[in-house]
Amino acid sequence: MSTAVDSATGVATGGTAGGGPSRAANWARRAPLLPALLLVILVTQLPFVVTIVISFMNYNAYYPNETGFTGITNFKTVLSDPQARSAILVTILLTVAVVLISLVLGLLIALLLDRRFHGRGVVRTMMITPFLIVPVAAALLWKHALYNPEYGLLNGLLRMVFGPGAVQPDWIGQHPRWAVIFAIVWQWTPFMMLILLAGLQSRPMDIIEAARIDGANNWQIFRHMTLPHLRTYIELAALLGSIYVVQNFDHVFTITSGGLGTANLPYYIYQTFYTAHDYGLASAAGVIVVVGTIIISTAALRTVFSLFKEQSR
Amino acid sequence: MTTTTAVTVPGAESTRHYRHQKPPRSGIILSVIAWLIGLVFVFPVLWMVLTSLHSEPDAASNPPKFFASLTLDGYREFFSSGPVPPLLNSAMASVFSTALVLLLAFPAAYALSIKPVKRWTDVLFFLLSTKFLPVVAGLLPIYLFAQKVGLLDNIWLLVLFYTVMNLPIAIWMLRSFLAEVPVEMLEAAEVDGAGLLRTLGSIVAPVVMPGLASAALICFIFSWNELLFARVLTATTAETAPVFLTGFVTSQGLFLAQVCAASVVVSIPVLVAGFAAQDKLVQGLSMGAVK
Repeated sequence: MSTAVDSATGVATGGTAGGGPSRAANWARRAPLLPALLLVILVTQLPFVVTIVISFMNYNAYYPNETGFTGITNFKTVLSDPQARSAILVTILLTVAVVLISLVLGLLIALLLDRRFHGRGVVRTMMITPFLIVPVAAALLWKHALYNPEYGLLNGLLRMVFGPGAVQPDWIGQHPRWAVIFAIVWQWTPFMMLILLAGLQSRPMDIIEAARIDGANNWQIFRHMTLPHLRTYIELAALLGSIYVVQNFDHVFTITSGGLGTANLPYYIYQTFYTAHDYGLASAAGVIVVVGTIIISTAALRTVFSLFKEQSR
Repeated sequence: MTTTTAVTVPGAESTRHYRHQKPPRSGIILSVIAWLIGLVFVFPVLWMVLTSLHSEPDAASNPPKFFASLTLDGYREFFSSGPVPPLLNSAMASVFSTALVLLLAFPAAYALSIKPVKRWTDVLFFLLSTKFLPVVAGLLPIYLFAQKVGLLDNIWLLVLFYTVMNLPIAIWMLRSFLAEVPVEMLEAAEVDGAGLLRTLGSIVAPVVMPGLASAALICFIFSWNELLFARVLTATTAETAPVFLTGFVTSQGLFLAQVCAASVVVSIPVLVAGFAAQDKLVQGLSMGAVK
């Protein structure tokens, strides 16, 4: 029980119990919060409401005279448009692949970095670096400096190792989705690692020491103590990672420009709205993304809430 | 050196130093693996820096020339293509939005931790939920609004948008720092008759300064990195650095050194801010859920 939380909630309930003067007191209490809260509501919630309204409209900037409500036509169009369907599938594929791969890699690396060894701080810093490259710059780096079939580093290394006759695959052309996935994995593995490392370092070491003294081996400790403790952190990393990766635009835009079957929903919406100017259709697609992410984010909120309660206990 | 350590030669140093319980041999192997993985992850960045310092023909050679002579031509070429206005725009959008975020988030966090409003957990989780909704779904109405009021291609629109984008993260982070301010200090201030502004400025701010600094750095990074909104809402005047980088998406002959130079220059502010905030990075990225 921390005193800060106790006294704070005590004051709060004391304030509500009072009669007349508490109304003014309540507003005085709210005053510091209101500017931030109102601004967030105005800029994040209001546009969503407008998006929902537009999603039921026939609204194309090229044909302003045909603007009007059309019911669920846009949703029907989105769900039957092969491009939009592909965008939904690609979004799921990208998110699942990136999150799973970077989570497994992140866990392995976090376990390696949880041990003490010479240069641990240096290795940790090296691991974080990919995350600190501006996403567009990182995507350009992968596209031109690593994947390029003529002068990219990957084919360069192949030629260095296997000589002039080495295979020189066109990485993006032959495996466009994996090209995008690995470029994102490179940037998101550090994120997973950081959260899981924080989880590992919050383990109760005295209990683990006790288990070790009682003769538990490394695998038993990992399986029965570390992994259960890490569960919340793994969930959190996976959910937060999904929320960020679902929204990925920079890598898809830069590496393939949405071509070769890599357009995900954010890219599809960008294109429908920015290039085709079909505002109604873009909004319907936007509503679909929101509905999809609400499912993930409800789970994410629940996980954050359980960590939150644990910490303020 | 004792005879026991002499048996396990290379691991002896670290084993003794850190009192390892695992057998030293597997310890060395694991350390080597950790180093190798770290090198693999950082290598593309090192390669980017090295390539940016090569001449265009050397940069485009296959097999790669690791030891080609160094030159600043790539950087010269990049800076002659007009990146300074976009870089300044990015700096402006990031710095001003970060300042605004702190100005708004600090009192808000106060009202959610030290003197909490009713249903403060609901407010916190509402703020968090706004971060979980994909921004792309709100893009069109914001664009239409900006078009109507004539704010398209205006850096202040980005300042406003980035402020709101980062507010929830900053409030969550600051709240967890404010919760650590000793209650006695606040009570003493109240007894002395200090108002809200004085309490915040002279009692709370000094205690949470490190937290405030890392929250600022993280907001700066998110604003600096943002591409989608900047691309849609700006054109030639308010174009930011990531938007400028999208000019390199299609290949233009021998331009690899220039691309790498551009990527290095645009990433430097994020690298500096990120390494400065290293210890608090997790807290910011997980909205304060992980300490």
